[in-house]
Amino acid sequence: MSDTIVSLPDQSTARIPKDNFITRENGLLSWLLTGDHKRIAILYLISLSFFFFIGGALAGLIRLELLTPQSDLMATDTYNKVFTMHGVIMVFFFLVPSVPATLGNFLIPLMIGAKDLALPKVNLLSWYLYVAGGLLTLYTMATGGVDTGWTFTTPLSTHYVNTNVLTTGLAVFIAGFSSIFTGLNFIVTIHKMRAPGMTWFRLPLFVWAHYAASILMVLATPVVAIAIVLVALERTIGIGVFDPTKGGDPLLFQHLFWFYSHPAVYIMILPGMGVISEVISTFSRKRVFGYTAVAFSSVAIAVFGFFVWAHHMFIMGVSNYAVLIFSLLTMLVAVPSAIKIFNWTFTLYKGSITFETPMLYAFGFMGLFTIGGMTGVFLGTSGTDIHLTETYFIVAHFHFVMVGGMLMAFLAGLHFWWPKITGRMYPEKISQMAAVVTFIGFNLTFFPQFILGTLGMPRRYAAYPPEFQVLNVFSTAGATILGVGYLLPVLYLVWSLKYGAIAGGNPWQATGLEWQTQSPPLTENFVKMPIMDHEAYDYEWLEHQTEERKKEVASAG
Amino acid sequence: MSHISPVLWQFLVKWLTYFALFPPEASKIAPQMDALYFFMVLVSLIGLTVVTLLVISFSILYSKKRHPVAEQIEGSTLLEATWTIIPLGLFLVMFVWGALIYFRVFTPPANAMNIYVVGKQWMWKAEHPGGQHEINSLHVPSGRAVQLTLISQDVFHSFSIPAFRVKREAIPGRYTTVWFEATTPGTYHLFCTQYCGTAHSQMIGDIVVLTPEDYRKWLANSTSGASLAQNGERLFASLSCVACHNTRPDARGPSLANVYGAKLPLASGGTVTADDAYLREAILNPSQHVTQGYAPIMPTYQGQVSEEGIIALVEYIKNLNSDYRIQQTTNTTDLLPEGEARPASAPKVAPAAPERLKP
Repeated sequence: MSDTIVSLPDQSTARIPKDNFITRENGLLSWLLTGDHKRIAILYLISLSFFFFIGGALAGLIRLELLTPQSDLMATDTYNKVFTMHGVIMVFFFLVPSVPATLGNFLIPLMIGAKDLALPKVNLLSWYLYVAGGLLTLYTMATGGVDTGWTFTTPLSTHYVNTNVLTTGLAVFIAGFSSIFTGLNFIVTIHKMRAPGMTWFRLPLFVWAHYAASILMVLATPVVAIAIVLVALERTIGIGVFDPTKGGDPLLFQHLFWFYSHPAVYIMILPGMGVISEVISTFSRKRVFGYTAVAFSSVAIAVFGFFVWAHHMFIMGVSNYAVLIFSLLTMLVAVPSAIKIFNWTFTLYKGSITFETPMLYAFGFMGLFTIGGMTGVFLGTSGTDIHLTETYFIVAHFHFVMVGGMLMAFLAGLHFWWPKITGRMYPEKISQMAAVVTFIGFNLTFFPQFILGTLGMPRRYAAYPPEFQVLNVFSTAGATILGVGYLLPVLYLVWSLKYGAIAGGNPWQATGLEWQTQSPPLTENFVKMPIMDHEAYDYEWLEHQTEERKKEVASAG
Repeated sequence: MSHISPVLWQFLVKWLTYFALFPPEASKIAPQMDALYFFMVLVSLIGLTVVTLLVISFSILYSKKRHPVAEQIEGSTLLEATWTIIPLGLFLVMFVWGALIYFRVFTPPANAMNIYVVGKQWMWKAEHPGGQHEINSLHVPSGRAVQLTLISQDVFHSFSIPAFRVKREAIPGRYTTVWFEATTPGTYHLFCTQYCGTAHSQMIGDIVVLTPEDYRKWLANSTSGASLAQNGERLFASLSCVACHNTRPDARGPSLANVYGAKLPLASGGTVTADDAYLREAILNPSQHVTQGYAPIMPTYQGQVSEEGIIALVEYIKNLNSDYRIQQTTNTTDLLPEGEARPASAPKVAPAAPERLKP
């Protein structure tokens, strides 16, 4: 690996610093009662991974059932529960908190030069709420599950199913507050705790992306909470908000639900975009092309993201003119995403590129997110939406964005900051292989679904006409490969905790403040308050720093 | 081929037999929608190719081996503007093109024939104006505009015909419409695409497109003896609607002749156009839709009449063009010992109103 930028310390003498946030205190209680954002991030990482693999196992069941046209592996009711739980767990207990609660939590204070988040106890409370919601979901699953679909559409959810709608609703409600508190914490922290010299336009783009996502969390999540409360009230005491026989409007629920759940898509993807900016800059040794454009495109996505929700309802009898407006706004929200893709591409231009695992995942993200974004335009265009909505085209589209985009970004970020979090390197070769396996498995799983959707195969079908089988077989085969791609990192990352090479403070020679402290960082993050005296992604500053330090070492020795 | 596993062989045969990238085009709108679809596929492919080629070529040209020192570039307003304006322009083209198609799909022509469709867990019921009704299938003629008026009796359903590129949500408590003109006779998939509970994936059926001649034959062979309006008339009598809406001078309810499509003054002020949705509402929630000059005495029919029943009533009211027509219903009901007792006889004594007998 002569072309690598990894600058590891001399492994024969290297040590993990004795005092760091992991070794500072011992015992289970020191973790469960911690206020340290880094420890909370790790708590999140463990619990998130747990829910990811439960959601993944459910996805595996779905793909197994769809291997054959008949509904033969399980009863249709069971199938309906399986895809509902898959959706609920993946959306509310993995995707929404994934990057913000783990990487965001760990890195935002480090990146802006702060000791911790502004509200450490609220941060811990967020995690407890997340766990409470998650456990309630598991309890719901164990006691029979729920089969409304993760969208809880009324009046199905209020009057027509006998499953655990209330407990699932409560679980999502609780998890929603976890998300609101995390967003609030980030906003306050980014406003009030930046180190001297860390102006808004010196912030890493990761922080900008989280800031935009946090605004969405704080403003949009309460709406879904209200919608869930209304569903619960209608189900229990029979108020008539959504029930048409009592003068309610069944479509109102979908307005409320998508008013959250569309911005929620950006809550999921924006932090991922932040990761990609950091990774691409570091591995091409260049400042992100058009820093301001990328920063503002995050904000633009957050703002426009609030005004496109009705594009989920083009065929549901909303007024034709409302459709016109929401379709137009959807086109506008697609532009900042396109801007980001091109800016990342041109960050590579005249760079000095290496291809470590995070970079491979980032490339995967760019390709898959481009497809996911473009197919979003197919659905935002009102005419083609009529044919494509509610089919596998939609399923493929949001999995390209969420799994192809977000999960790739999460894995890119996890590998990128793994040395910072644990102080040890992951094994490069096998991780690169896992990235490639994930990419292949992903495409084989979800690309055939675009064709299935175009052919008209409806989503959430336990059985389907036999002419759709071949493409479903491809998809299931791909899911198997994808499963391997996701299991590998678990194995080698756990392995690396003990056997990985010792990373040192800044193995990637990256410019962010988080890399200018030891790995794993001290509980206080920095020995002395850092002063930001250069722009973000200033690799010349870094080189200069390194030269200085070498001289210091030489003169001292 | 004994050395090929039979499962694999079957798979390959299936693949080749069913290979398709898009469904058959069997309606007038289908080729128009596909044109836009392929335009978008083309734009996406070009976009994806540009990004992929740039990423690959930059990765080769500027790999650390070839290009050990990066050159710092701040950005370029010109490039930024380029990749803002070009995608925006393309997206706007798609938006306009798509909106044109959208308005076409949801604006039925005036001469379209109307078929009512009721969705319920887990079946589709179609009510033809001639009284033919079908479950999980829909027969339509080719070459003629057909409008579907959809409603759901319980949860959200969605009526999807991929071969026509047409789909519309069936919503509880609200009529929605969509129209199409089938072009190619044949049998096509009908799917419920909105998740609606246990047997969602069994809420499927066939759309049978017939030539106009075959369609006439089908209509003749499938008739139940009474038209939809006649069914409505029977209900109008058996639900005692006619007790008040009877055109007599002392009638407690307004005459419903020529009411469909008319502008009605409301007791609460303002006017309302009596369309399908209004009539349905006026039957189910009468106290909120009292017309001027009448007391709010009509009871609600919520829960007493099914969506199909309401459709039949609306269809009956649609076809009422004179007070005389209502009197006929009144007389018929009076003659019968019980309105419900011999329903089949009701239509027989209620033929189309002969104008010359008008008093």
